[in-house]
Amino acid sequence: MKKLFATTMLATMVAGPVMADLVFPSLSYRTGPYAAGGIPFADGYADYFTLLNERDGGIGGVEARVLECETGYNTEKGVECYESTKGEGSLVYQPLSTGITYQLIPKTTADGIPMHTMGYGRTSAANGKVFSHTFNYPGNYWNGASGAINYLLETNGGDISGKKIALVYHNSAYGKEPIRTLEELSAKHGFELSLIPVDHPGQEQKAQWLQIRRERPDNVLMWGWGVMNQVAVQEAANIRYPMENFIGIWWSGSENDVLPAGDAANGYKALTFHNVGSDFPVFDDIQKYVVDAGKAAGAGDQIGTVLYNRGMYAAMLAAEAAKTAQEIHGTADITPAMMRDGMEALEMTEAKMEALGLPNFGPAFSVSCENHGGPGLVGVTQWDAGAKQWSLISGYKPTDADVIGPLIEADSAAYAEEAGIEPGCS
Amino acid sequence: MFYREAGDFKTSYVEDSQTFPIAFDRWRYYAVLAFAFLVVPFIINDYWANAILLPFLIYAIASIGLNILTGYCGQVSLGTGGFMAVGAYACYKLMTAFPDVNIFFIVIASGFITAGVGVLFGLPSLRIKGFYLAVATLAAQFFLVWLFNRVPWFYNYSASGQINAPERTVFGIEVTGPNTEAWATYLFCLVFTVLLAIIARNLTRGAQGREWMSIRDMDIAAEIIGVNPLRAKLTAFAVSSFYVGVAGALFFAVYLGAVEVGEVFGIQKSFIVLFMIIIGGLGSIFGSFAGAAFLVVLPVALKLVGVDLLGWPTDIVAHFQLVIIGLLIVVFLIAEPHGMAQLWRVAKEKLRLWPFPH
Repeated sequence: MKKLFATTMLATMVAGPVMADLVFPSLSYRTGPYAAGGIPFADGYADYFTLLNERDGGIGGVEARVLECETGYNTEKGVECYESTKGEGSLVYQPLSTGITYQLIPKTTADGIPMHTMGYGRTSAANGKVFSHTFNYPGNYWNGASGAINYLLETNGGDISGKKIALVYHNSAYGKEPIRTLEELSAKHGFELSLIPVDHPGQEQKAQWLQIRRERPDNVLMWGWGVMNQVAVQEAANIRYPMENFIGIWWSGSENDVLPAGDAANGYKALTFHNVGSDFPVFDDIQKYVVDAGKAAGAGDQIGTVLYNRGMYAAMLAAEAAKTAQEIHGTADITPAMMRDGMEALEMTEAKMEALGLPNFGPAFSVSCENHGGPGLVGVTQWDAGAKQWSLISGYKPTDADVIGPLIEADSAAYAEEAGIEPGCS
Repeated sequence: MFYREAGDFKTSYVEDSQTFPIAFDRWRYYAVLAFAFLVVPFIINDYWANAILLPFLIYAIASIGLNILTGYCGQVSLGTGGFMAVGAYACYKLMTAFPDVNIFFIVIASGFITAGVGVLFGLPSLRIKGFYLAVATLAAQFFLVWLFNRVPWFYNYSASGQINAPERTVFGIEVTGPNTEAWATYLFCLVFTVLLAIIARNLTRGAQGREWMSIRDMDIAAEIIGVNPLRAKLTAFAVSSFYVGVAGALFFAVYLGAVEVGEVFGIQKSFIVLFMIIIGGLGSIFGSFAGAAFLVVLPVALKLVGVDLLGWPTDIVAHFQLVIIGLLIVVFLIAEPHGMAQLWRVAKEKLRLWPFPH
């Protein structure tokens, strides 16, 4: 034992400088009421880095190491995970929880580690002048809210005044995010907004759907996560609410959410900011280098699902940002500070995605100090219960910047004042 | 041999009635305090502070609070999470409304506000007891969480309903906000824990504690010998809520920094504090500390062994945590219903006779 220990110590000391690796912590949740969403995301995130290591020998020649830590969507465990992983040289945090994000925004900024909250977290983090270490490209909740309304405008011939739209939301920071935008949009377009909160974890929604049945809104939007989604889709089916009028945010649009309701879920729509399905060249590589090699994360049964794709997309953006950072600083072994620069200079083009085996997978965009939020293009997907698959029915379209821009300015200014931050680009 | 009364002569009543009558115990207590105040701050790092010591100290305050109510006065409460939320939101409102007031006094004031709320929800205890009271306090839990989620005034109308602790200092050293040093937050919480524990210890072994315990043991008999049940029960609710409120304020301001009421102060919190005092020992200050340490350290220890040492998948380890902690609670309830404090008591009795037990 002692000898083994000594040898390992020696080996690490000798091989230390050569074996440097890029650490990508994954604050995942494979347990608890939100595990249905947490597992595929964590699998996709881990598998993409495994693919890079197996196929390309890492990022820029340096191996990537995924450090997984179970949070159970719980803030206290999130703190423990953050503290236990930050000392390992973690490059970027992706907590996949709006609650943990709020917690980590000040902490990561103080520690100088970037955080990427892709399509969740605090929306006003899009203002990089205030939130120097937080990124939420390529889209955020306010883009989502506006995208949903734009889609309704489009399908209703440009006029939704007088329509009744209900928002069913998770009664937490996450679910409350879109309310402000929807209120502004309701004033602008003249629709009637009613707010229907669902408390954590959302297994009991009889009262909420009874209210919807009584009010008969023309459309229902949903900001749900975890078990709440499945219950909502089932309840909507129970009251025979027309599914094509029911639109979920991108966190309410995975296979897990619609499969339990069976055929009744046919036609349910969800927003998205990346493509769906497994019809991309990269999946052949994943099959060859990861699955067939027996290195798939988790049970390996999630490949190609919506949330797996999203986890993979997050990993891809992180890897591309790391590559950008390596180019900027001319070193393969980057630090969190360099990673931040790489994220701020990230540029995703069609050609780049094509080369990665992900043609037309997400929108083309570039990040800058002023804009950490990307372009905020929103697409719409629809569930086909017969074929059991999601399909993109509306491409990525721009959202209402006139409404969202001032809201982001106002909210980030409030945060800057609260936290004593001098807004500006370094 | 060392742990005995013999040879330790008391010459005054004050000496005779001190907390630790045995010299060895007393010195051990001073040694622990000295270690906590003089050594730990120099060796502490972020991980130890945020993952283990801060939650331990704060949960210890909360479990002392609940122990006063449940362990000493016999009133079962499932509203701890809600009362902690009152402390946290009171702290937030006071911090933002009076930025110049020292955070130390704000935490104390949050405790007093929670005490007021606690007395209000303690009123039903005059009419109902046992399971029915537990249900009444459960109502407090749900009502308070709903209230803080529903009324935007409590979270200063922020878009997300989250509350964030602004930066505050004590003697020019930051204790809240993102730029704190581990030792500063630790010492800040330690001062509260030690002060409150000493006060609780002396309250519970004085006249007030005897009143509470008489109500716990038999309320009718207590009333006959002249204990006013109204006063005894309401003071228990007030003192208990004060402790829980201080714990909630520290939990929000110093430990987490940002709080979402439904997630952080849900029913889960009420149960975990209740488990702490059941495992630690009802009606014992030491038990509150032991229970808090047990339930804070055990999950972290299991995680370190499972994930970092054995390299198991994180989800398996998380499931094992639930199984092991659940099992331990059952085992404790069967094998030692009086908790870890009783084990400690038995050990001390044995030590007193050692090495000649007859």
